[in-house]
Amino acid sequence: MKATSLMRWETMLAAVLIAAFIAFSILSPYFLNVDTLSDATFNFTERAIVALPLALLIIAGEIDISVAAIIALASVAMGLASAQEVGTAGLVAIGLGTGLSAGCVNGALVTIGRVPSIVATIGTMTLFRGAAYAVLGDRVLKDYPDSFAIFGQGYLVGPISIELALFTLFAILFGVFLHRTRWGRVTFAVGANPVASRYSGIAVNRYRFALFALTGLFSGVAAVLLTSRLGSTRPSIAQGWELEIISMVILGGVSVWGGKGSILGVVLAALVFGLTTFGLGLMNIPGIVLSIFTGLLLILVVAVPALVNRR
Amino acid sequence: MSVTIRRIPDSARRDVAFAALTLALFLAVTLAFPGFATPRSVAGLLDDTAILIMLALGQMLVIMGRGIDLSVAANLALCGMMAALFNRAWPGMGVTPVLALSMIAGGLLGAGNGLLVWKLRLPPIVVTLGTMSIYRGAIYLLSRGAWVNENQMSREFLAFPRGQFLGVSVLSWISLAVAAAFIFAMQRSKTARDLYAAGGNPEAANYSGIDPGRMQFLAYTICGAIAGLCGYLWVARFAVAYTDIALGFELSVIAACLIGGVAISGGAGTASGVVLGCLFIGIIRSSLPLVGISVFWQMFINGAVILVAVLLSARQRQFKRTILEARA
Repeated sequence: MKATSLMRWETMLAAVLIAAFIAFSILSPYFLNVDTLSDATFNFTERAIVALPLALLIIAGEIDISVAAIIALASVAMGLASAQEVGTAGLVAIGLGTGLSAGCVNGALVTIGRVPSIVATIGTMTLFRGAAYAVLGDRVLKDYPDSFAIFGQGYLVGPISIELALFTLFAILFGVFLHRTRWGRVTFAVGANPVASRYSGIAVNRYRFALFALTGLFSGVAAVLLTSRLGSTRPSIAQGWELEIISMVILGGVSVWGGKGSILGVVLAALVFGLTTFGLGLMNIPGIVLSIFTGLLLILVVAVPALVNRR
Repeated sequence: MSVTIRRIPDSARRDVAFAALTLALFLAVTLAFPGFATPRSVAGLLDDTAILIMLALGQMLVIMGRGIDLSVAANLALCGMMAALFNRAWPGMGVTPVLALSMIAGGLLGAGNGLLVWKLRLPPIVVTLGTMSIYRGAIYLLSRGAWVNENQMSREFLAFPRGQFLGVSVLSWISLAVAAAFIFAMQRSKTARDLYAAGGNPEAANYSGIDPGRMQFLAYTICGAIAGLCGYLWVARFAVAYTDIALGFELSVIAACLIGGVAISGGAGTASGVVLGCLFIGIIRSSLPLVGISVFWQMFINGAVILVAVLLSARQRQFKRTILEARA
């Protein structure tokens, strides 16, 4: 029963995606072009890469509001290191390391400090973003080595960017992890009923900690890609992304009560998000108008099951 | 002969301790920089914190009923834009209809959140994330992306919140009045007690004849009305209205509530604590430049304060509940 209603949501997302695709190809002559569509993917790849681990976290009944602040912190760390002549490999290591450490701080607050995750991560969001502002102020860091640009601006084959390739790879890995491994089932179990999970011998807190660390690490990945694409770091980098990424996950059909969701849904939601933003942009409709659509869809995704279950 | 022992509630004890801390901070800054305690500087501090105080008090009601309102800043921006456009169209009508319009519009927007949470039992975080996007988009449609600038606002419209009475701005007086009303009502009114009960234990409240959903609806409506009022005040104070005003301010408001001791698990929090939390933030903000620390440290300090506050209160609480599990 649950599986079928979930499938229906994904089918609907796929239908929306196809409809949007057809509509934009009719409405804009510039839409159906491989290079244009390739450009369009940059609209969502970085956010979607963070949405994947965040989906696991929300399925496990937790949340992380600090992801965008972690991106900023990691970007600032890389910028500072770059000013000290650190090479590209070193920069990536610093970006990922900062993300991972920040994720571990969140994990420790929730598991050891027993602070509810929404509160803990609102706190660390303020702290991490605050650290980025405290260090940089109104300065901009932009002395990145030329070879660093490859991650956000490079292409793997033809029109397939490295960002898109990475996102595809991660989406497959996360899909297999969540839907085909024991750990995936643990994720659902922890989200559906943490107490029962603990009694069934699952180290719930250790698992939660690992998920926060993972989300931090992938925020670090997004930081590397975004910084590499922009070639500069300001403390306001990725401002407001936390709510966009969470919207993406919920739009993908992940239940905010925990215990339900799929990676396919999140991937489809990311595509819908990226495609519509881009298509509207081609038609000179600003992204802010899209936010009305996103908002309505967001409420719809939780309202429809609620209305159906009432009957 | 009888000895009465009145147990002081934990919340009151926390408020007293926090008040002492805030006062100590204020005195410490004043000792180092005597200029900090001049009436003019204090009035400035109040003026800077006034909107945060009002929004945080409204948010407190929502969080206390086990909800969260991420749409307050978007609500504020939308009502601010409506107020500015109304004033541009009918500049001669003065401030009264603008005040009424912004409060009613804000209240309706808040009631929309409340209805979805109450009648459909939707998760508050998703509902308000959704309405936040919708309201922001609506501002764009309403204004067609244009700014409403100072020269398009009438003199009364701009002057109202800046008016001075006894050396303190009208904006500050409004905020003080709201704060006083909240502090009184949260302790004395039956509705407030019902809200505490509904947030503390929705099932028990339900059995005692309180509808927790209805209390949430009420909380969202009041929170929205306050956000609407603040929309006009914000626009008039900064003399500009555009799509992105107060972008991201919702999280600062929630942060102020957390510093002020409102439990995210619902049912606990005091109006005086929230006001103190906002003043604490305000004092730090206005003393940083005096101490010679860059204002860019403000956010970092806020983050550290939030974490200390929530870690301390998490140790006291027996039951842990995340907002995601909130099923009122």
